[in-house]
Amino acid sequence: MSIRERLSGNEAAATAMKQINPDVVAAFPITPSTEIPQYFSTFVSNGTVDTEFVAVESEHSAMSACIGAQAAGARAMTATSANGLSLMWEMIYIASSLRLPIVMSLVNRAVSGPLNIHNDHSDAMGVRDSGWLMLFSEDNQEAYDNLVMAHRIAEHKDVLLPLMVCQDGFITSHSIENIELIEDEKVKEFVGTYKPEHYLLNDKEPMAVGPMDLQAYLFEHKYEQAEAMRRAKKVILEVAEEFEKMTGRKYGFFEEYKLDDAEIAVVCMNSTAGTTKDVVDSLRAKGIKAGMLKVRVYRPFPAEEIAKALSHLKAVAVLDKADSLNGAGGALFEDVASAMYVGGNQVKAVNYVYGIGGRDTTAKEIETVYTDLEEIAKTGKVENPYRYLGLRKE
Amino acid sequence: MENNLVEIRWHGRGGQGAKTASLLLADAAFNTGKYIQGFPEYGPERMGAPITAYNRISDNPIRIHSNIYEPDYVVVVDDTLLESVDVTAGLKETGAIVINTTKDASYLKNVLKGYQGKIYTIDARTVSMETLGKYFPNTPMLAAIVKVSGIMKEEDFIEDMKGSFKHKFAKKPEVIEGNMKALEMALKSVKEV
Repeated sequence: MSIRERLSGNEAAATAMKQINPDVVAAFPITPSTEIPQYFSTFVSNGTVDTEFVAVESEHSAMSACIGAQAAGARAMTATSANGLSLMWEMIYIASSLRLPIVMSLVNRAVSGPLNIHNDHSDAMGVRDSGWLMLFSEDNQEAYDNLVMAHRIAEHKDVLLPLMVCQDGFITSHSIENIELIEDEKVKEFVGTYKPEHYLLNDKEPMAVGPMDLQAYLFEHKYEQAEAMRRAKKVILEVAEEFEKMTGRKYGFFEEYKLDDAEIAVVCMNSTAGTTKDVVDSLRAKGIKAGMLKVRVYRPFPAEEIAKALSHLKAVAVLDKADSLNGAGGALFEDVASAMYVGGNQVKAVNYVYGIGGRDTTAKEIETVYTDLEEIAKTGKVENPYRYLGLRKE
Repeated sequence: MENNLVEIRWHGRGGQGAKTASLLLADAAFNTGKYIQGFPEYGPERMGAPITAYNRISDNPIRIHSNIYEPDYVVVVDDTLLESVDVTAGLKETGAIVINTTKDASYLKNVLKGYQGKIYTIDARTVSMETLGKYFPNTPMLAAIVKVSGIMKEEDFIEDMKGSFKHKFAKKPEVIEGNMKALEMALKSVKEV
């Protein structure tokens, strides 16, 4: 039997980490993820976990310590947000290229500047090409579940890539909501013991980590990272299937909400998906065939599957909680549009940048997106594919 | 879908415990089997600055993730906010507002710009001073909103808060009795204007 609880998203993430009981946690506080290492350090002090907690002096050091620990043969975790992730940036690429399955809880927040502590996805989007697996979470439950599945995916011999679990800063990280927790023993059994094949502290196999890699082989090593990313898709589904057997909760690359017979749909990630589901229900009650696709697995990007899932629509809107500032569309839009084009899918598509810097996104605003989609479906024309939602008019 | 959803907005000042009160209300409703949300609207927090916190309480899972613009109930923890914050903005006329104040009816009706719903007041300062010896308005206001909204039975609420306070004040059990008295006194002190 699962345990009925009420936790904030940060408490949920810290609880998952407690149950995972990693060998090393290295972290530096930054709003809104600060509570995760804060709660976790309490578990360390109380002896609830036997993790080595490294209170580092910066995020660059946090990721460096995780890399050192994971390379040595330990299971390492961290948590951060926004500028903390920016400061890790150099080491983010090192972690993935060394094929170290570190797991991070990323509580999404706007990257400065100007200085803003609130939610958008600009931090995550900045590392979308860094070779990390990226899972997005609608609420505290998904932030928890994704962390419980994370090590099984990242540490799989066909993958060996670091993984970050994203959730929306404040909106879910600081909101107390109901959650179903899994018993400690079950999580322990599910996650299993970390048994790296190659590691620095193995005295029977001396090895070098991170040597120079020039024209002769860097290309091949990058290709191997890309291959691992492609192979991860199968592993993600296998782990999700096993997780479903344990909890009854079903996860895939994305969640389709009333999409089967929909004519118009919104594609989004994280907490906005919950609000959008309510909007879909109210539109359905009025006879409007609205649907939603919530991306859970953003890296690897399930391009073929998304193109197929959207292929029957008359119009689709992709909501980006980060502006790529390229004058041509947000990152999720570009990924979805490219997937549809390559998949031979001619569905009319429109992009909305929304919720930047914590701008609240209401059900009413999302309703206007569906109203726009109805117009596009009717006329077959997209006047301006690059739009804003919730931007001040004056 | 939303027929049993109750939405509450809290207005207070940094340091008065409006956020804590919203989390305690979420806790109490959770313990009676409800689905809950409790979240503050974070700004540049500092002592005395106006703050807002929210609760959603429902029999069904809550999926919406946005602030509350059309609340069923509003709780005002500090009546000095009445003249600077539009506390009845979007407040349903079928709902109610609960204010910690000793101001009279004509002042309140005037400052609430003709709000047609029910107006309740409680002197949380007197309740707090008499039961706790210090001014902590959040405990009386918590009891007041439970009474006014009827989201749970008063007996269930009192029983549940005993447990919560035991947990919350594990390191200073001497304040538990005072807080329980504050709740009980507050339940009796709420008045409709």
